[in-house]
Amino acid sequence: MADGNGFATTAPASGDGIVAGGASRSLRHESAAMHVQGSAAYIDDLPEPRGTLHLVPGLSARAHARIVSMDLDAVRQAEGVVGVYTAADIPGENQISPVGKGDEPLLASTEVSFYGQPLFVVAATTRMAARRAVRLARVEYEDLPAILNVAEARAAGSPMVWRPMEMKRGDVVAGLEHAPRRLSGRITVGGQEHFYLEGQIALARPGEEGEMHVTSSTQHPTETQHMVAHVLDRRANLVTVEVRRMGGGFGGKETQANACACLSALVADLTGRAAKMRLDRDDDMTMTGKRHDFVIDYDVGYTDEGHILAVDMVLAARCGWSADLSGPVIDRALFHADNAYFYPDVRLRSEPLRTNTQSNTAYRGFGGPQGIVAAERVIEEIAFATGLDPLEVRLRNAYGTHDRNVTPYNMVVEDSITADVLPELARRCHYVKRREACRAFNAGSPYLRRGIAITPVKFGISFTATHYNQAGALVHVYTDGSVQVNHGGTEMGQGLHTKMVQVVMRELGLGTDQVRITATTTGKVPNTSATAASSGADLNGMAVLDAVRRIKRRLVEFAAGHWNVAEDDVRFAPDGVHVGQKVIAFSHLTRQAYFARVSMSANGFYKTPKISWNGDTGQGRPFYYFAYGAACSEVVIDLLTGEMKIDRVDILHDAGQSLNPVLDIGQVEGGFVQGAGWLTCEELVWDKAGRLRTHAPSTYKIPACSDRPRVFNVELLENAPNREYSIFRSKAVGEPPFVHGVSVLQAVSDALASLDDYRTCPRLDAPATPEMILRVAERMRHGNPPAA
Amino acid sequence: MRHGIRFYVGNECHTLADVAPTRTLLDWLREDRGLTGTKEGCNEGDCGACTVLVVRLEGDRLVWRAVNACIQFVSMLDGAQVLTIEDVRAPDGSLHPVQQAMVDQHGSQCGFCTPGFVMSMVAGRKADGLAQDEHAIDDMLAGNLCRCTGYAPIVRAMRQAMEAGPDHFDAQAHAIADRLRALRDGATVELGGPAGRLTIPATGDALAQTMLADPDARIVAGATDVGLWVTKGMRDLPHIVTIGQVPDLRRIECSADGVYLGAAVTWQEARAALADILPQPDAEVIRRIGSVQVRNSGTVCGNIANGSPIGDGPPVLIAAGAKLHLRRGDARRVIALEDFFIDYGKQDRAPGEFVEGVSIPRPTPDTVVRAWKVSKRFDQDISAILGAFSLTIAPDGTITNARVAFGGMAATPRRASRTEAALEGRKWDETTLAAARQAMMDDFAPITDMRASDWYRRTVAANLLTRLYADCGPRDARAQTSVRAACTAAGEHAHG
Repeated sequence: MADGNGFATTAPASGDGIVAGGASRSLRHESAAMHVQGSAAYIDDLPEPRGTLHLVPGLSARAHARIVSMDLDAVRQAEGVVGVYTAADIPGENQISPVGKGDEPLLASTEVSFYGQPLFVVAATTRMAARRAVRLARVEYEDLPAILNVAEARAAGSPMVWRPMEMKRGDVVAGLEHAPRRLSGRITVGGQEHFYLEGQIALARPGEEGEMHVTSSTQHPTETQHMVAHVLDRRANLVTVEVRRMGGGFGGKETQANACACLSALVADLTGRAAKMRLDRDDDMTMTGKRHDFVIDYDVGYTDEGHILAVDMVLAARCGWSADLSGPVIDRALFHADNAYFYPDVRLRSEPLRTNTQSNTAYRGFGGPQGIVAAERVIEEIAFATGLDPLEVRLRNAYGTHDRNVTPYNMVVEDSITADVLPELARRCHYVKRREACRAFNAGSPYLRRGIAITPVKFGISFTATHYNQAGALVHVYTDGSVQVNHGGTEMGQGLHTKMVQVVMRELGLGTDQVRITATTTGKVPNTSATAASSGADLNGMAVLDAVRRIKRRLVEFAAGHWNVAEDDVRFAPDGVHVGQKVIAFSHLTRQAYFARVSMSANGFYKTPKISWNGDTGQGRPFYYFAYGAACSEVVIDLLTGEMKIDRVDILHDAGQSLNPVLDIGQVEGGFVQGAGWLTCEELVWDKAGRLRTHAPSTYKIPACSDRPRVFNVELLENAPNREYSIFRSKAVGEPPFVHGVSVLQAVSDALASLDDYRTCPRLDAPATPEMILRVAERMRHGNPPAA
Repeated sequence: MRHGIRFYVGNECHTLADVAPTRTLLDWLREDRGLTGTKEGCNEGDCGACTVLVVRLEGDRLVWRAVNACIQFVSMLDGAQVLTIEDVRAPDGSLHPVQQAMVDQHGSQCGFCTPGFVMSMVAGRKADGLAQDEHAIDDMLAGNLCRCTGYAPIVRAMRQAMEAGPDHFDAQAHAIADRLRALRDGATVELGGPAGRLTIPATGDALAQTMLADPDARIVAGATDVGLWVTKGMRDLPHIVTIGQVPDLRRIECSADGVYLGAAVTWQEARAALADILPQPDAEVIRRIGSVQVRNSGTVCGNIANGSPIGDGPPVLIAAGAKLHLRRGDARRVIALEDFFIDYGKQDRAPGEFVEGVSIPRPTPDTVVRAWKVSKRFDQDISAILGAFSLTIAPDGTITNARVAFGGMAATPRRASRTEAALEGRKWDETTLAAARQAMMDDFAPITDMRASDWYRRTVAANLLTRLYADCGPRDARAQTSVRAACTAAGEHAHG
């Protein structure tokens, strides 16, 4: 299955000028062989320094309360306990707000703001001793009014964690009034637990004169470094944060890793011993933020032909107790509330609501998927109201390439391909024929109903905070011709490190065994951005390329002089370095270059061009480009129980000139299943006290093996290089495919619509659990909704 | 009497005399042995990242079982050989066919769940009568969660691995069998220390005496429930009595009358016998109890003895008319299974008494037994509702006997007596169905929790009667009700 260079031969390479062994090939994950042998080390697998302390946080048992007293004597006296630490023990700032809002204490001291907030930390000689001891705390609370969800927040006067945003173009009020047809409605979309398989963890080791080395499962080592420095009242140059790999991230370790890192560093600093905090899964789910759930109200004006004329939407989100990343998350929901459709007159408003629940955070798509779900509901409503096929409504409203191509945030969509991709996928998967077959089946089926839907995605690529769109890399070439590459991105399973290795391989004509990637560390590449927003390969790939080309330039210059050929006649290829007529080993060149005192180390830097965004004026170009795609899902539902099965899924996805087709297909398959899980079986349930009741996999159900579509065809769009100058014309692929899960929600809705012969929109909310499906079925059959 | 437990990890024999009886295999492997390839994902037996293989000699046959190390106590492994991910590579350093397939098919992304998947796949290749279809793979992997890949490449890898020939474990089978045979000494094991007491009785009689002497001792069979008392509840269990390998509790007896299952028989081991007498519930429900790992450890009787209102076994067995065999000292009694469940957390069991086994009568030819589990997720989930039905239908269509039992609808697994009354003596027709549905509304007052609302539970309970009618009512009323079966059929059509 693989040739000598470790390439799988399943996916063909294509395109001009691609060096065999380089980018755009299906190179396997750099850690695959270690993964399957259990030898890929995660933080908890590292040998523990002598005397390592194990930490467990003590969590609040109230959603909102004043702390009257905290008696930790029994905790201190428990077997194996070395120390118990509270906010009073923090030498620096008791503050880990990632956006500088100052609203997120590391340890609560006077008031708790959600059920599960850390109050203190226990350090013990074993993890079990710490876990047992933490339960002995006696905390007295004085309850305060708690706001648990969007409705309660609105009832309480809509406290917000961030400034609301308004995006508008044209006159939406007039647009709605003058439209021949108009409808309005509401959709609620649930949140989502990340459920990275490796929970939050950090290991802190104290060093000389206040140095602190933290190994953290973080997507954002630089931010973790700064947080640790602030908490310890230390300069950043004393703190090093390192991460080799994470056991999954999905956004859940962009800011949420900071608490473990800071508490570990705190204890390590106070005790002079190494300190490790690995959260138990229940604590992890109880403490950490999740995907935001939304309540979205829409008011739409349209024509008899299904053309949208005006859209007015209010997107309200449960943000939790602190700002965290809620501001940009909710903004991104607005940025995607158009999905792939042109809204002539439009107004989009956000309500980032403060609640006494976990502080919701980044999660693959970062609010975008929630906005897209609303856009697709609008399409669906129009389809049922006009009797058109939803695909037809989608095509009629898709962004144009020359006109009808301006987004609600006034960015011109220069490369819209939705109108091509949708029909192409429909053709490949026989959508029209299968839709008819579903309807024929439903006509004769009392209990089972089939539904099918095809949805597009258009996803904006770039951090909307413009300054985040920069990256650095550090590449060393050693005299034996081996290369070590470091960059600011983190590996959470997505294959970023593999792609970075490929960039080096392509530039220097090397094989995998000659290029080594090392752990990401703030000590090698500073001031980095989070590996987030799908930007990892885009940003770091360019930085790596910059570094490699600097070295390459020096080597070319040296070789041309040394062997007396033109610089144009020096070429790096898999069979060696071509210098004029002869081919020499790369290692020969590097050795000669060393003797000639040529520097073979370089750092690289990249900042995304063209982008700018002004949130106050709602003007600019927040995204460098868009990634596109479309998915078609067919489902069967059972009207007796609400059970659902995804029968078949076809996806056509735009990864540009893919850097690594097989890894990208992996992102599409995995992203789809995660997105489908979000909208179907994954349900977060809080009780009236604000306690999360679904805090472990026994109660929170992510998709299992048998939930994957029974037929699952995934293809990357062929011959579709990025029009913008991205790393080898590829496109970001982390988040966009997550959105394909929306087709499942729409397919379930289509199946339910059969209950009244497709006359009304079922208005199915997410997640479409069996209970939700049955509720909608009962409402459609009997007209009145069963009591919630 | 022996005062140490003995087992192998890989090819290394360990004798432990001072291990805490509730020390989990996972913690012991990672913390004491430094074998960190086995991962902790949830510490409650749900994610499968900690999957290891436990090899035992059953009679003269070697059996290879995937289990969750996180809720398996080290003390339960006496006499076994444990294989971890570190043992999977061949002695010559080459990758096992499963490992190679996972690499070839890009079956890992973040890699954290991967060792657990590899172990399940290695075990799956060794399963008896392994079917080659997709459902068999789904079932094999139902106990392993992956958040990255969407499973598709892992299934492709499993297909590739099933094509490969024997592995190095096959070559070692004789050696493993010999060494495990050598560990057999028929001795009762007693361990005592500051961390608690452990008894591994060698016989049922020894167990009876132990329980008489210490009625507060906690019997552990597969630890799929008790394991969580330790890993999540951090409860102190001063005296553990491990019964998993007590020979007289491992009896499976099949006869013309029915099936008897001893208290130490796992769901996996009981499957064939149960499928023989309850074909439909086996296909629909018993395969969905936990996962392979859970069924390899958890026992049918443990699922009864723990008294859970949401155990999937009891409603099915109650509907089938099962009897529970209890023993205290030398005294034995047999009761109807439903009578065992008195109230939430309260069972009809005297101090020192224990469950010895359960017997399930063979249904008469004119009896249909059906059971359906309804949960948020199809596999490896706890039921929102489980409905089990046994109807004896005379040739004229009259229901002469009805047993209807539900889980998830009350504080205990319970019969639906009003529904049964509405069915018995009536013709199995639409009128009776309507009456039974109405009666069902009065039978239960279920709760609302994170799995389902009371409305959903009631509605689905009544709807399961409709499903029963669609499944085994009059011929002209029959209709398809399984979304899974519908998918398979359509798929064949689409590809045909």
